[in-house]
Amino acid sequence: MEYSYYPGCSLHATGVAYDKSMQATFKALDAGLIELDDWNCCGATAYMSVKETVAFTVSARNLALAERAGRDIVTPCSACWCVLNKTRMYMRKLPELRQHVEESLREAGMTCKFDLPVRHPLEVLVNDFGIDQLASRSVRSLNGLRVACYYGCQIVRPERALEEDQEVPMALENLLAGLGATPVPFSPKVRCCGGMLVATFESVARELTGRLVEWARVEGADCIATTCPLCQANLEVLQEGGNGEGTAKPPVPAVYFTQLVGMALGCSEREVGLHHNMIPLKFEFPQMEKPTTQHSPVSPLGKGGNRGVAEPAPTTEAASNV
Amino acid sequence: MPWPTGLESLPPEPGIFGKTEREMQEAFLAEIDRIPGGERLRRCIQCGTCTGSCPVSYAMDLTPREVVAYFRAGAIDMILRSRTIWVCASCYQCTTRCPAGIKITDLLYALKRVGFDQRAFPEKFPVYVMSETFVGQIKKYGRNHEAELLRKYFLKTGVMRMIKQVPLALRLFRKGRIKLTASKIRGIEGLRKMIARAEQLDEPRLVEEVQPLTRAVGYQAIG
Ligand code: SF4
Ligand code: SF4
Repeated sequence: MEYSYYPGCSLHATGVAYDKSMQATFKALDAGLIELDDWNCCGATAYMSVKETVAFTVSARNLALAERAGRDIVTPCSACWCVLNKTRMYMRKLPELRQHVEESLREAGMTCKFDLPVRHPLEVLVNDFGIDQLASRSVRSLNGLRVACYYGCQIVRPERALEEDQEVPMALENLLAGLGATPVPFSPKVRCCGGMLVATFESVARELTGRLVEWARVEGADCIATTCPLCQANLEVLQEGGNGEGTAKPPVPAVYFTQLVGMALGCSEREVGLHHNMIPLKFEFPQMEKPTTQHSPVSPLGKGGNRGVAEPAPTTEAASNV
Repeated sequence: MPWPTGLESLPPEPGIFGKTEREMQEAFLAEIDRIPGGERLRRCIQCGTCTGSCPVSYAMDLTPREVVAYFRAGAIDMILRSRTIWVCASCYQCTTRCPAGIKITDLLYALKRVGFDQRAFPEKFPVYVMSETFVGQIKKYGRNHEAELLRKYFLKTGVMRMIKQVPLALRLFRKGRIKLTASKIRGIEGLRKMIARAEQLDEPRLVEEVQPLTRAVGYQAIG
């Protein structure tokens, strides 16, 4: 299997460990991850708030490049995923805006049909490879690792990367549990980390991440597994001094989910970039003795099973109907 | 000031009052018109689900529900002068939960764009500086060079703020998470041409082009 890899700007800097662990994981799976040639910034949310056609054009250039390459785009950055996907959706729904964007693309001789899927690695790992296959290929176990699975906003809202409940997604729990980890109940898993507020209204971002960290700590999580470079950076940087120093309470490491998957698949700590993490993950990954047993999906209500709470309501029409 | 506001503690008077209310409404409605489903604003039942779901509503002066209410009352300059549009983290929680299917996040984006155009904020306003710096980066390199973005951003918003970030920057650097050199995309010339064209196309449109349905504000819009 081959994919066009769109790392996005963060993965070349603060999110370097996400980049490394992505490449290592896909390599371990013998899947081709071919960096999209000459990709540009997706436009992110900062651009969206300035000029609309400009924002969509900047983003669309990447989609046009990917169409030329002819492979599905995989992007690990949740913000890039969200922006690229939004562009694709809007272009299909708003003919007038699309005309403007196409006209702008033509300035550099580019065209785009906007029908190539934009995918997130969480969804690719779960759907294209499958949890059972990942488990059967793993050489280390995540056995004993208590992990808070954190999705953040952008891969669940407004569009979903996976066909799942938007309030209680379970893919990450199922994936990591399939590799032996123990997901802890983590209700704020789709709550916002504050995103770019870290630069503009730091105290607000600190409050938001603080609540997430506290929740994970109370549940005794060894780490928070993230799917987004900004979530990961915020969770680490905002734990007071930046690496948890100076906090009365022990810091909770934040890792990329691909770092855990990569470790399970036998990559080295360096290959998955664990040395870039500011709060070290203290966990010895046990070697597998025997092939893993069949995984069973985790209940959305966590280990405790049904706590008398009704099944999560089906997603509203509002969500699927941009 | 026509309304009792309770917002007097906000930063210095933003410079939006040179424009007439009418002009602002037109600019705004042209924006709203472009949001798919923008006309659903009329269906707000003021239930407060958006406010209750919003992780940052505690830091807002107008809650998301109030923004919708003020909009329908035609008090757009009140919204533009609020902190709300700038504090919104665009997490889309309000949008996915709104029982009336209102795209509150996109509405706030549209308001933000109008706010930018009207310069509805004080000097060195962080959100504005961040966006401007970000856009500058893309025009220069085609990509965002994080280190340069943050350096410029903190320089422009206040040198003290930058100095406060130095220890963090050093820690990140030691962990190999700061890239010192920016890389420029090969297709930068093409990208610049595209942006220039798109900027022209983004110029505010004539009022005649706005759909009559969404042109109504205030009680007119509620029907
Ligand atoms: S959730 Fe929707 S209907 Fe309820 S107050 Fe907010 S915008 Fe109005
Ligand atoms: S998108 Fe903005 S207004 Fe809506 S819930 Fe998130 S932060 Fe609040």
